[in-house]
Amino acid sequence: MLKIEDLHLSFGGIKALQGISFEAQAGEITGVIGPNGAGKTSLFNAISGFYQPDRGRVWFDGRDITGMAPDRRAALGIARTFQNIALFRGMTVLDNIKLGGHTRLKTGLWGALRYFGPAQREELEFRRDIEERVIDFLEIDHIRKVPITALPYGLQKRVELGRALAMRPQVLLLDEPVAGMNREETADMARFILDVQERFGTTILLVEHDMHMVMDICAHIVVLNFGQQIAEGSPQEVSQNPAVIEAYLGAAA
Amino acid sequence: MINGNLKASYADDERVLDNSYKKAFVYGMMVVLAGFAAFANDYLILVACQMGIMLIAVVGLNVVIGYTGLMSLGHAAFIAVGAYGVTILHNLGAGTVPDAVMPFIAVPVAVAISALIGIVVGLPSLRVKGLYLAVATLAANFIVIFVIEQDLFAPWTGGMTGIETPAPNLAGWVLDDKREMFVLIAVFAFATILTVQNLFRTRVGRAFIAIRDRDYSAEILGISLLRFKLTSFAISAAFCGLAGALLAYFYASILPEQFELALSLQLVAALIVGGMGRTMGPVFGVIVIVMVPEVIKVVFGAVSGGDPSVAQLRAPLQEMAFGFLIIFFLMFEPLGIVHITDRILRALNRWPFARG
Repeated sequence: MLKIEDLHLSFGGIKALQGISFEAQAGEITGVIGPNGAGKTSLFNAISGFYQPDRGRVWFDGRDITGMAPDRRAALGIARTFQNIALFRGMTVLDNIKLGGHTRLKTGLWGALRYFGPAQREELEFRRDIEERVIDFLEIDHIRKVPITALPYGLQKRVELGRALAMRPQVLLLDEPVAGMNREETADMARFILDVQERFGTTILLVEHDMHMVMDICAHIVVLNFGQQIAEGSPQEVSQNPAVIEAYLGAAA
Repeated sequence: MINGNLKASYADDERVLDNSYKKAFVYGMMVVLAGFAAFANDYLILVACQMGIMLIAVVGLNVVIGYTGLMSLGHAAFIAVGAYGVTILHNLGAGTVPDAVMPFIAVPVAVAISALIGIVVGLPSLRVKGLYLAVATLAANFIVIFVIEQDLFAPWTGGMTGIETPAPNLAGWVLDDKREMFVLIAVFAFATILTVQNLFRTRVGRAFIAIRDRDYSAEILGISLLRFKLTSFAISAAFCGLAGALLAYFYASILPEQFELALSLQLVAALIVGGMGRTMGPVFGVIVIVMVPEVIKVVFGAVSGGDPSVAQLRAPLQEMAFGFLIIFFLMFEPLGIVHITDRILRALNRWPFARG
């Protein structure tokens, strides 16, 4: 589904990514792990189009998207969440989630100014869709009219997932979805991620430091260290790989 | 008091007037304005017309500054384009186009030209933000006035001495009276506010707010910054152009100096005082900004008693009053008058169970 081929990225003298290659299989959860500064977020930024790689290609569904602008990639079906929540803070939960549907909606300027007619029909249809498919699904119906600033961290993370889901993505990039959460919130989020995969068949790429969660829900894991890919395989293979234990997991694990 | 704002359908939940307070207020305002048009004296009608024209412009400016988060100090340029556009079209069409249809051609064309110029002026917004953008748009203001004042274009624009605009003839109804103009302006002002409201319940308006709040996040959702920043400028310039067209009809003659930086600053001041990015912000802001000079005029008339040495202090005092208002609101109520009314409404709604 999503194929990374020999990706190189550098900022001046810093080589952030050096020859990353792997493939995220359709409908599977692929984990990307590694110590801080390993290049995980840089990899995400290269996939979503914020960074232009020096070398290498990004393939989506058999299409080369390496040179494409971020908004075009979103329209193709690549959604993502951010490590530090990137919701629109002044808006309500509902409006944030509605924004996820931007590329799916067709209303143009004239329709929008008039509203009544096609624009209204489309908006109401869309509202029903996100209410039933996203808001009910993520169990956030009680807060739909609440502004983001009034929500606790865990719920904000869930709303951000909701916004990504409103895009009906084929590939979902999750950048540390449970960072800073307590055990209960983490369990909730892990359940939602699994539900997304099961219900919508979404291909998920996950960056996370919570090893219990990564080992539990990922089918495939890629390990980065200092911009290099040091291992790749099933959770079991990776957790027994000496290079990974040396660089990241530690001997006791 | 609203104890629950519960809806049984999504259509009900997406209405602009989604509770009984708002409904009562808006329909009440319509009745009040109709009564006002019939019974107010000429002076009040004059002031209200100025407010209406200014309101249309500030609602337009609110789209760019308040909702899209792009600073502009050049919007008087679009008002100038609208005003001069209409006047020039009237003069060009005189004789060939019947008077009764002229406004139906001149106004849309002038508005369209404003929108196009708005796109050009908006181009720097793709590269620069904040203060730098403010300066770039400021330049637009000076360029437009400079062009209008050129002798080369004087046969069309009237140059420094200004030009006269004929009274609009709407399919036989000649609006040569200020009271009739007021009806036209009030209808346009209501329509402008409704149209802009519509924008913000569809993807277009949401995209603007997304760009304001977090532009990289907007991009990740598939919002093209290029397209929506320019759209925002175009819409905003179009409404300012409409305000300009009405202004030309209202004053019946226009001068380039009416559209200088002072007007741009007044528009921004109205927005800051009223509250940015809110529907009612421009309304409150415009009322204050138009009332201030009028109040100063009345107070000065009483104090000076006709003494010319005191009376000549009035103009600078007016400028100072605007400056003071902006500083006061930025320091003590940066969210504007809307924030005050929000608090009052909340307190009323909770009374007597809680305060504040």
